[in-house]
Amino acid sequence: MIRLLVISPRDNVATALEPLSRGDIVEVPGNTLRIGEAIPRGHKVALADIATGAPVIKYGSAIGMASASIPAGAHVHTHNLASARGRGDLARAAAATEARIAEPPDSDAIELPAGEPRR
Amino acid sequence: MNRPTSFRGFLRPDGRVGTRNHVLVVPTVICASVVAERIAAAIAPVGTAVPHQAGCGQLGPDLRITHDTLAAYCQHPNVGAVLVVALGCEQVIAQHLADVAQRAGKPAEVVAIQSEGGTVRATDRGIGIARQLRAELDRQARETCEVSSLILSVKCGGSDYTSGLASNPVLGRIADRLVDVGGSIVLGEIAEIMGAEQLLAERAASPKIAAQLIQVVNRVEAEAIALGLDIRGTQPSPGNIRGGLTTIEEKSLGATHKAGERSPLTDVVPYAARITSRGLTVMDTPGLDVESVTGMVAGGAQVVVFTTGLGTPTGNPIAPVVKITGNARTAVSMADNIDLDVSGVITGRESLAAAADRLFDELLAVASGSATAAERLLHREFAIHRRNPTI
Repeated sequence: MIRLLVISPRDNVATALEPLSRGDIVEVPGNTLRIGEAIPRGHKVALADIATGAPVIKYGSAIGMASASIPAGAHVHTHNLASARGRGDLARAAAATEARIAEPPDSDAIELPAGEPRR
Repeated sequence: MNRPTSFRGFLRPDGRVGTRNHVLVVPTVICASVVAERIAAAIAPVGTAVPHQAGCGQLGPDLRITHDTLAAYCQHPNVGAVLVVALGCEQVIAQHLADVAQRAGKPAEVVAIQSEGGTVRATDRGIGIARQLRAELDRQARETCEVSSLILSVKCGGSDYTSGLASNPVLGRIADRLVDVGGSIVLGEIAEIMGAEQLLAERAASPKIAAQLIQVVNRVEAEAIALGLDIRGTQPSPGNIRGGLTTIEEKSLGATHKAGERSPLTDVVPYAARITSRGLTVMDTPGLDVESVTGMVAGGAQVVVFTTGLGTPTGNPIAPVVKITGNARTAVSMADNIDLDVSGVITGRESLAAAADRLFDELLAVASGSATAAERLLHREFAIHRRNPTI
């Protein structure tokens, strides 16, 4: 059974069909990939190095931008991939000239009372 | 292989075709919901109610949506007869709902709690009427109907990484197949088109329809941005993220597979509006599952096929909801709620085409009366979309 599924030849991430461990060598079309860290089932792995700000491609289309530099074999998820759509938080941050980069989705979904520190 | 192109349904006087023959008990307002539910329960499972939280304290567009949604259910082809339960002082007008049902050729009656003299009398009288209506429906039989008369609602919920890899592509295959033979499909959840709208726009039957799609997606995105919040608080949902989905674009690209790969986008309609075109219609519904299914069924969908990765029980009061999953663990752990397991598409045990054949057969069986998991469990969730505060 395939362990790592590449959907489109244009993709720079693939989907782990089973949990993968650091150091695993996995076959992908035309190549082998060394897994850099534990990957839960169903999560994404970078097929190549992806620079900060570069598009992350799955299904042959952009699913967002890298919010950090991602080496090949790394886990790609909310810590290093950010959506470019529906980002009211960015609009508000721009208005307040306050630098805000991608954060885990649950940390700023809930409005905290003024003065309470954000995680 | 030759697939059947007919099923056994109910031909209605107005020319529409139903897959079920329910006595629908409709409360005009939240205050009448409990009485309506008790009346429907007395003749379950033929009797079905649409309890809701609206019908009064509403102004403008919100009242219009409530009225239009209830009216749409009263004339829906899966409904054979209607009993409207009123309180007596509310905004939604009971007689109007009964008139709409009668114009569609259905017997329809009204019971009002205030004029009957309270809960006990209204419930007793309602049950008596409901039993008579059921006896009338018992005399109706299914007839052979063309598959092209089906409007299929395509829906996903509780998505994980398997949804975009297996269940949505399988559903997309049968969506295209249904459109090929002259049928219709409806896709809702505008937020879950965000990021995939250009792919759908390329399939639009005209530049005007493509522009309508882009406009409605942009409006929903602007609403999220106007809140000053990150849409990631809800899209993808926390469960989607645990399941491996990171961004709304990723969720949308996987989700739109369920609307097929080539069926033309022929219409973009408001919430609960009647679906009149063949091919793919996009309806302006929110991403919340029950509000979305409620709206698409109001539009005329007689069957819903609902893909899920994590598993979810959602049904509908009048339309059968078929659950399919590409997650083998969910197929076992939530077996009560799942109709079809297509996880073999991911493991290589089954081809996409073979899984699609099984789903198409299931679609025709369900359209002909075979009960779904949600129907067996009496899952009849109903929620009317609201856009304004209660006044």
